Amino acid sequence: MLTYVLRRFLVAIPTLWGVATVVFIMARLLPGDPARVIAGVLATQGDVDRIRRQMGLDQPLPVQYLDFLGSLLRLDLGRSAHTNAPVLEEIGSRLPYTIELAFVALVVAVVIGILAGVTAAVRRNSKTDLIISSLSVFGISMPVYWLGLMLIIVFAVGLHALPAAGADQPTSIVLPALTLALFSVGLIARMTRSSMLEVLGQDYIRTARAMGLGSGSVIFRHALRNALLPIITVIGLQVGSLLGGAVLTETIFAWPGVGRLLIDSIFFRDYPVVQGLVLMFGATFILVNLLVDLLYAYVDPRIRYS
Amino acid sequence: MSIRASATAESLGATALEPEVAAAVGPSLALRRLLHHRSAAAGLGVLGVYILAGLLGPLLFPFNPAQNHLVDVFLPPGRPGHLLGTDNYGRDELLLILNGMRYTLSLGLLAVAIGLVVGVPLGAISGYFGGWVDIVIQRFTDVLLAFPSIVLALALVAGLGPGLRNVVIAVGVSSVPAFIRLVRADTLRLRELAFVEAARALGAPPARILLRHVIANALAPVIVQATLQMGFAILVAAGLGFFGLGVQPPTPEWGELLGEARNYIFSDPKLATFPGLAIFGAVLAFNLVGDGLRDVLDPRLR
Repeated sequence: MLTYVLRRFLVAIPTLWGVATVVFIMARLLPGDPARVIAGVLATQGDVDRIRRQMGLDQPLPVQYLDFLGSLLRLDLGRSAHTNAPVLEEIGSRLPYTIELAFVALVVAVVIGILAGVTAAVRRNSKTDLIISSLSVFGISMPVYWLGLMLIIVFAVGLHALPAAGADQPTSIVLPALTLALFSVGLIARMTRSSMLEVLGQDYIRTARAMGLGSGSVIFRHALRNALLPIITVIGLQVGSLLGGAVLTETIFAWPGVGRLLIDSIFFRDYPVVQGLVLMFGATFILVNLLVDLLYAYVDPRIRYS
Repeated sequence: MSIRASATAESLGATALEPEVAAAVGPSLALRRLLHHRSAAAGLGVLGVYILAGLLGPLLFPFNPAQNHLVDVFLPPGRPGHLLGTDNYGRDELLLILNGMRYTLSLGLLAVAIGLVVGVPLGAISGYFGGWVDIVIQRFTDVLLAFPSIVLALALVAGLGPGLRNVVIAVGVSSVPAFIRLVRADTLRLRELAFVEAARALGAPPARILLRHVIANALAPVIVQATLQMGFAILVAAGLGFFGLGVQPPTPEWGELLGEARNYIFSDPKLATFPGLAIFGAVLAFNLVGDGLRDVLDPRLR
C-alpha cells in the first residue's frame, strides 16, 4: 500500500508542475500589457514601467518562469489588479461558498444518481427503466446556464417560492445546488445503471440468490458494493465538472463563490486573479483524484498489488 | 434510452457476431441498425430537422442585422408573422434561431474536428510507441484534463479574445484529451494483435501501420466519442457565447442570444426559453445518436 501511495504522489507532482506551466504560458500568451492594464488608463509611461519592474515583467522569460514557480511554492499568487488584495486572500474569502455549493450538489447527485441507477438496473427494460434512462440523458444534455434561468423564471419569478440570487437566505442555495447537480445526477445514474447491470450478471449474484438471500440484501450488500468501484471514479471526476459548472451556476445566481470571481476577473482583466483561479481549479482536480485513487486502492486490494 | 431497441442490438452483438467482429460492422449494416435503434432514430430525426431548418431557414428568411423594428419589441409568441414573438430589438425570434443554427452547429463540428485531428494521432503514437513518448503525452493529457473544460475554454478565450475562430480553438483544445485517452487504450490492445505484428514484420513504416492498421481499427469508439463530444462542445461553446465571450452580436448564435435574454428574464421569459431549448435539443440529439452508435458499433463499450 505504501509503495502505491508513493507512486501515485510521484505521478501527481509532475502533473501539478505541468498545470503551473500551462497557466504561466497562458498568462504570457495574453495579448495586451498586464502592467498597463494594472496601471489604469490615466497612468504615465513611467508608472507603467515601474509596475512592470515590480511585477518582474521586464525580466527574460526563463527568469520570470523560475520566479513564478518560486512564488507558487511560497503560496504567493500575487495581488489582484482590481482590489490590490493578495490573490490568495481574494480566493480564500470566496472559496467557502463554492465548497458549500459543490458539496450540496455532489451529495444530491450521488444520492439521487445511485438510487436512480440501481432502480433502473434492477428493473431493466421496464417502464421505470425507460423513464430513468431518458431523464438521465436529459440531465447530461441540459445546458447548465439555461436550466438556471428556467428555474429562476419558474420558482423565483413565477411562484415567488425561492430567492433568485445571492446567498443571504438559508433557501438561497436550493436553486443553484439543483442546477449544478443535474448534470452529475444524469451521469452517475447512467454509470450506476451500466455498472450494476454488469455485476448483476455475475455468477456470485446468482449464487447469492440461489442461497435464498432476499433481493434487498443481494442488491445492496453484494451487487452495489461491487458496482461502486467504477462509480467512485466517476464521482471523483465529477469534482472537475462540478467546479466547471459552478462557474456558470454562480454567475447566473449571483452566488459569491470562486466561479463568479473567475468571470468577474476575466471582465475586469484582472489577470493575477484569473491565473490564480485557473491554477486552483487544476490543482484541486488533481488532488481530489489522487485522493479518489487512494480510496479506490483501499477499497479494492487488486489495485494496489498490480 | 430505448430499451427494447438496445436489447435487440445487444442480442445481435452477442449472438450473431463475436465482439471483435462487431467492431468492424460495415457502414450500411450499422446505419440500418442505427435506424432501428429507437433513441438513435429519434436523435437522427431531430438532427435532420435541425439541419433542414438551418439550411432552408436562412434562405427563406434571410437575417439582416440592421433590420430592427423598434416599434414591435417584446411581442409575445403567436402574433401573425412572428410565430415565436420578437426580442428587445423587435427582431423575429424564430428567424434569429433559424439563422443562429449554423453558428452553433459549426462551432461544435469544428471544435470536435480539432479534437480528432490532434487527439487521435497523439493517442495512437502514445499507445504504439510506449516508453518516454507515452509518458510525455500522458502527463500532457493529465494536465489538460485537470482543468474543467469550461474553465480551460474561458481562460483561452480570455487570452485570445472572443470571436468564432477563437471559440473553436478554445473548445477544440479542451476536447483533445478525451480522444488521446480513448485511442491510446485501443492502440495498446491493437498493437499486440497478429495483423499489426505481421505488418511490422513485413517492414511497413510506423506511420503506415498507425494509419492503416491501428487507427483504422480503432475508428468505432472514435466515432462514438466524436458524436458524444459534439454535444459537449456545443454546450461549452454556447456557454462562452452566454457570457459574451463567444461569437459577438449581432450574430445570432444561440448562446449569445441566451446571454442577451438573461437581461429580460423578469420582463420577457420567452426570450430565454427558445434559444436554450434549441441548444438542449441539439445536445440531446447528439447524445442519443452517440448512445445508439455505441450500442450498434461496439457492444463491448456498454
